[in-house]
Amino acid sequence: MNGALNRFRFLSIVVLFGLAAQLTFAQSQGWFRAGTGLGDVNKPRLAISDFAARSDSAKPHASLFTQVVRDDLQFSGILELASPSFYPPQAPSVPAELKPAVWIDPPTNANFLGFGNLSESTAEVAIEAWLYDVRNPSSQAVVGKIYRGAPTDAQVRKFAHQFADEIISKLSGGLPGVASTQIAFVSSRGGPKEIWVMNYDGSNQRPLTSLKSISLTPRWSPDASRIAFTCFAPSAGVTSAQICMFSMDTGKLVSFARYRGTNITPAWSPDGAQIVFSSSMQGSPELYVTDASGNRAKRLTFANGANMSPTWNPKTGQTIAFVSDRGGTPQLYMMNADGTSTTKLDLPDKGYVIDPAWAPNGQLMAFSWRRPNDNYDIYVMDAATQQLVELTRDQGRNERPSWAPDGRHIVFESTRSGTRQIWTMLADGSQPHQLTNAGHNESPNWSSK
Amino acid sequence: MKLASRSLYRPGLMAMLVAVFVFAAGCGPKKVEQKPTPQMPAPAAARPTVTLQASPSSINPGESSTLSWNSTDATQLSIAPEVGPVTAQGSTKVTPAASITYTITASGPGGNASASASVTVNTPAPTPAPTEPSIDALFLKEVRDAYFDLDKADIRPDAHVALAKTAEFLKNYPQVKVTIEGHCDERGSTEYNLGLGDRRAAAVKQYLVSLGVSGDRMSTVSYGKEKPFCMESTEACWQQNRRGHFVKAN
Repeated sequence: MNGALNRFRFLSIVVLFGLAAQLTFAQSQGWFRAGTGLGDVNKPRLAISDFAARSDSAKPHASLFTQVVRDDLQFSGILELASPSFYPPQAPSVPAELKPAVWIDPPTNANFLGFGNLSESTAEVAIEAWLYDVRNPSSQAVVGKIYRGAPTDAQVRKFAHQFADEIISKLSGGLPGVASTQIAFVSSRGGPKEIWVMNYDGSNQRPLTSLKSISLTPRWSPDASRIAFTCFAPSAGVTSAQICMFSMDTGKLVSFARYRGTNITPAWSPDGAQIVFSSSMQGSPELYVTDASGNRAKRLTFANGANMSPTWNPKTGQTIAFVSDRGGTPQLYMMNADGTSTTKLDLPDKGYVIDPAWAPNGQLMAFSWRRPNDNYDIYVMDAATQQLVELTRDQGRNERPSWAPDGRHIVFESTRSGTRQIWTMLADGSQPHQLTNAGHNESPNWSSK
Repeated sequence: MKLASRSLYRPGLMAMLVAVFVFAAGCGPKKVEQKPTPQMPAPAAARPTVTLQASPSSINPGESSTLSWNSTDATQLSIAPEVGPVTAQGSTKVTPAASITYTITASGPGGNASASASVTVNTPAPTPAPTEPSIDALFLKEVRDAYFDLDKADIRPDAHVALAKTAEFLKNYPQVKVTIEGHCDERGSTEYNLGLGDRRAAAVKQYLVSLGVSGDRMSTVSYGKEKPFCMESTEACWQQNRRGHFVKAN
């Protein structure tokens, strides 16, 4: 592990006027721009014209498709979407109808135009969708796709997400889009805390578990086929915290070994073959690694205190960051994945440092920090240099960040709206967007695909 | 300081069993069907009288009681339930399985009369019960929770006193098993509090073991901040929530 961890260089960030000031700061940081892909001043400017409905019955889905594509692109953070109210009146439905000049001109000022058409029968919806470089009209389509499937809202949304991801991938040089990803979270809207899942944009919120006890800290497997979480499972009349495993394929729990004591906060190895979690099976809560069924437990930490919330470097697989109160209060530590070379992150003023989450690139780490006499806020750190950026400020309690697979978005929980809800933001703190409203919702985890 | 309703979290403790005993005495026995009384004037006929006694009036299950009766001016007499038509006076033994009221009906030219007598069948005392609820009550009265400082799992001086009291109870009632729940205030994260609550519950258990209570009788569970006793963001409330809480497990 990097021995420089103890030497912490703190970039004092005085953010008095909210997110705009933070954004400006974040954009000035080369390490941050390189790590997140954000802050590029030359973002391509896109217009997505209204997709043409080939019949009256196709109108609702044509407008749904158009809206979802626009939302996805707006959310991506890597491009600029021209406001639809400035678009020219005539939208092309096929390439032959495209008049590039009117889209290049102010106020649209587009570099690229997405357009197409949608036809629908009772049995099928068919969508033709293109993206053209309007400043280079003689070239081939940047994207050209035909989607066919069941004429349902869910299917039309799915096609829109696929088209948006295709555009993002093409314009960013291959970065994954997140439009087809999902977010697992904990909701108590129905009473007990259960594991729920929703699309990345907050649509299609639905419960996975119905354990009627307390379910916490969901973590997607790298292939998104399973969710490991903390459950309170009674066995022989004794209730204790255990690791539970939910299969997205079967829609049911699959077995995971039970251990004595309190077993919490599972996290996956990048290859999905191992789970690291906190267990008091031998006394105080220490970190253990097991296979994906919970067997062959191997102890990693030997500290006097509580150790929990591990996160396994998804890129290298070499490092595990975690929280320990061995020094008196919960602080962030890092160690090699075999438990050796533990180092502590030394922040200049104390407080609680919790919820570490590695970015997909394995270089940046998000965490929550409750500075003395302050609330919890979300920070991003370069793990090699320990440079910091504060992403939230003076907006309630902000905790439990989790990265999108594009490395540009973070989902987190916040009390800024009055109740505890799930929010997303760009990794520089801009574009906060509330995903949940019903009841209390917490502990989001973004699927990696 | 507003305490969270305990019933939210411990329905077992709060559940009250209210048994309503409906005594059959006044409403049980079927009336014997009476012949309509002729509406004719019957100047000479006297109105019948009748008495009924049960001796003894209270019996144990399986024992008998004797019903005796006397009547005047009656042409027909009947005892219900079970006994049926009887003579103008007499006695009979009955062995009811449960408490019962007998009614004798007398009818004659002068009209009708009736009398009743009850036999109580003593129910056996509910078998093992009386000790069980009293231990539960004593548990609630004698067993003391241990409170903790922020971020700490050390047993404080006031907790030494509380746990000594708890240990005394557990030694006096060696059949009692307990679950020690570790609880925390809301300031730390969910995950950290689950770990801290585990340490608190373990510290309480270890201290009781040091006082001579067998570890086999005590299980621990950490609820972190998931089951708070108090819901406000005040120090007084946070202190309520930083505790090792005892729940009777059998």
